[in-house]
Amino acid sequence: MKRHAPALTALAAGLVFGLGLAVSGMTHPDKVQNFLDFTGGAAWDPSLAFVMAGAIAAYVGLSRLIRRRKAPLFAARFALPTRTDLDPKLIGGSALFGVGWGLGGICPGPAIVDLGSGMASALVFVVAMAAGMVLQRLTAREGAQQSPAVSLHHTPSIEVAHETQT
Amino acid sequence: MNTSTVLLSLAGGTLIGLAAALVLWTHGRVAGISGIFSGLLGKVAVSPWAAVASPPADLAFRVAFLLGLVAAGLGVTLLLPELLPTSSPSLGIAAIAGVIVGFGTRMGNGCTSGHGICGVSRLAPRSIVATMTFMATGAITVFVMRHMSGGAS
Repeated sequence: MKRHAPALTALAAGLVFGLGLAVSGMTHPDKVQNFLDFTGGAAWDPSLAFVMAGAIAAYVGLSRLIRRRKAPLFAARFALPTRTDLDPKLIGGSALFGVGWGLGGICPGPAIVDLGSGMASALVFVVAMAAGMVLQRLTAREGAQQSPAVSLHHTPSIEVAHETQT
Repeated sequence: MNTSTVLLSLAGGTLIGLAAALVLWTHGRVAGISGIFSGLLGKVAVSPWAAVASPPADLAFRVAFLLGLVAAGLGVTLLLPELLPTSSPSLGIAAIAGVIVGFGTRMGNGCTSGHGICGVSRLAPRSIVATMTFMATGAITVFVMRHMSGGAS
């Protein structure tokens, strides 16, 4: 049992996270679009702002307490993003993400929850998302080979890339 | 929007925050779903056999967390069907949106969870800028779809 504790807590976290998404309505594509429709007048649904507020309130308080520990329970150290620079990739990538989010009303977490609910469009979305991630990795690698100056800052491998920020 | 919607939103958000805190407490990492998902893709792509034969802790974390999300969807379907979505995008839109989301979240190193919740909570400047950016382009996209293209969505 103890050997499986890390995986079991991760499973529990995913389950609670997913339930939170479902309870709050983040798994409803039309609700997400109604939230993003700031100019929609009466159709605007601000309730997802309360989802973010609830999540941030809970996380801010607890993460402060947790960060007082020397290390997490099942790892040698905390592995949190440390970068503070604002680069075009961050802004361009986030801008693209927003376009896709608005287009389908789905972001990665809700897509995986909806997949579990058997929603066909969520399955298509998740497969397409994987393809988009692979495509990004391939094009980033190509760009890095073309300009060595950039490659100094470019994360050289998949193994390292996911450590920078999730 | 009424009071019960606000309360459900706050309750759901609190669950999300608690889950993200659990990830930080136990595994010391950010609960960023696009990153957890893409890391799994990367590991399986690099060495599928090693990934299956001797799952290292990192891989086990990713698989277990994502399975938890899937289980939540399954559980809602079986036990709380009133929470199920009542609409979904067409398969074509889902495919296009998925590719853009996959590409964008890797290029920008995060999505609504990693940047929008965990990063904003840490007051990380990159995450605050990322969140403002995807909120803005998401709103523009919905605006164009609903109010400029004859309401196709």
